[in-house]
Amino acid sequence: MSNDVLVIAEQLRGKLEDVTFELLGKGKDLAVAFGGNLVSVLLGSGVRDLAARMGTAQKVLYLDHDQLAEYNPETYSKALVGVLKSRNPKLVLCANTSMGMDLAAGLSVDLDIPLVAYAVGLDVENGQLAATSQLYGGKVSVESEFEGDRYIVSVIAGSFPAENGKSAGSPEIEDVSVQDFIHDTRIRFKKLIEPEAGDVDITQQPVLVSVGRGIQSADNIPIVQELADALGGALSSSRPIVDNKWLPKTRQVGKSGVKVRPKLYLAVGISGAPEHIEGMKDSELIIAINTDPGAPIFDYAHYGITADLFDIVPALTAKLKG
Amino acid sequence: MHIVVPLKQVPDLVEELQIDESGKDLNREWLKYKLNEFDEHALEEALLLKDELGCQVTAIALEAEDIDKTLFTAAAKGADKLIKVMGNWGTSLSGHGAAKALASVIKGMQYDLIITGVQAADDRDGQIAVLLAHYLNLPHVSVVTGVRIAEGKALAQKEYSGGMMAEFEVDLPAVLGIQAARETPRYAPVSRVRQAMKQTSIEEIPARDFVMSAGSSVRRMFKPVTGHGAQMLAGSTEEIIDNLLNVIRERGIKL
Repeated sequence: MSNDVLVIAEQLRGKLEDVTFELLGKGKDLAVAFGGNLVSVLLGSGVRDLAARMGTAQKVLYLDHDQLAEYNPETYSKALVGVLKSRNPKLVLCANTSMGMDLAAGLSVDLDIPLVAYAVGLDVENGQLAATSQLYGGKVSVESEFEGDRYIVSVIAGSFPAENGKSAGSPEIEDVSVQDFIHDTRIRFKKLIEPEAGDVDITQQPVLVSVGRGIQSADNIPIVQELADALGGALSSSRPIVDNKWLPKTRQVGKSGVKVRPKLYLAVGISGAPEHIEGMKDSELIIAINTDPGAPIFDYAHYGITADLFDIVPALTAKLKG
Repeated sequence: MHIVVPLKQVPDLVEELQIDESGKDLNREWLKYKLNEFDEHALEEALLLKDELGCQVTAIALEAEDIDKTLFTAAAKGADKLIKVMGNWGTSLSGHGAAKALASVIKGMQYDLIITGVQAADDRDGQIAVLLAHYLNLPHVSVVTGVRIAEGKALAQKEYSGGMMAEFEVDLPAVLGIQAARETPRYAPVSRVRQAMKQTSIEEIPARDFVMSAGSSVRRMFKPVTGHGAQMLAGSTEEIIDNLLNVIRERGIKL
């Protein structure tokens, strides 16, 4: 076994995701604490130039294969199992993204290494890893300790600064051959589907009124739309609103939606699950209205109001309309 | 076409959560449980496929307090068969343990597709859908927002960030982790649930294999203090609104 920390890099269409740099930055510190190297593993086809951009790592393992050109849960998982078996790192870090959620738990089973998911904090104490996860919709933090001395951790994006992982440097790039077994696949990538166009682009709006589960039903959406109109802004939302088809996908802020940085983000009836916080925490002014004084959104808001949105929102709209 | 839908209860996050005296678990004495919302979407997606193709849908859940009601509710919505996996695991079963227990029973069943929620609020050591797929050696896609069946294969739409999606063709049998069903999950009125309780039975099957531990354990639970903390605006509705508008205007935002 090595004492290395191995970061699974994530790229889409030839661009490295920001979260990869977050993991590299944190991974560098952890590798020092374990007395090992920081190694990154990159999968794709014809994207070798991306490996050179991960200067924070001492080494980048590059797996190039036409079956890895597009992300595929099966081929990526099989290729990673091969790499991890031969390198046997101390710690594997991957992001808790759409891709990471496919991979992390599967690697844990296939390699028989314990996994802690939804991590937002990682520390080395007496040579052992301790991981802090955000569970229960961000309402409870859970510190985990491990029984063995090898670990897989999936990390919530936005937990560590990306800047720390963006050093220049020139990592050693090692081309790793991919065995042909991944040709015989049970999953085939068909196509990428672009987001629908034509709706409001919420990333460009200076004022967003964002609505969450507290709105209770589709029939109540006009109440918040009227406020957005009165403020001269647009309506956005948290995930459950879009999952329930009350607003189109283009309005979703957060992990599977978009990241926004408006001048004003007015969160109405949003509790503040980690997936949502990830998409809005850099807004210039965050004001939250929620009935639950313990809602995590109040940890991130600049101003908070513990009240029923059905009292505050219509009154605020009326006042603005004068 | 036979679809298996594993269901799980999680603490209702609308309620206040308290840490117990050990500092390692929630205080579960007064905890209210509800069906994991992602499992609710998974069940809906399975029932949509049933509506379209006439599939048989089996809802399966691990033994837990009040789980019978969750299973009967699934029947009231349209599930054909209910299975409860029996085992002495209390309230602290790991995700790996739960997946192994489910796999030990599902292994002996006839199925073409397993659909469950992409995640749950308490899956500290990984998501059930992925774990289940690897224990059963089945292909798996997570964060799925729509499933179609064509020529004996599943077409699954997977969400990426920024609204981008990918489509995958998946050989059956397979496991899919559902983020959202194509439609809002249907509602079962209480009268239908009562009817299901009278007309449907729950088959109880003991788990053949499960582990408690997942190679890691909880050392401490605490309420997070991650952000800077908001300055709270209080008072009458009128006062709150005046303060709120002042704060917004001070930042130079034109109203």
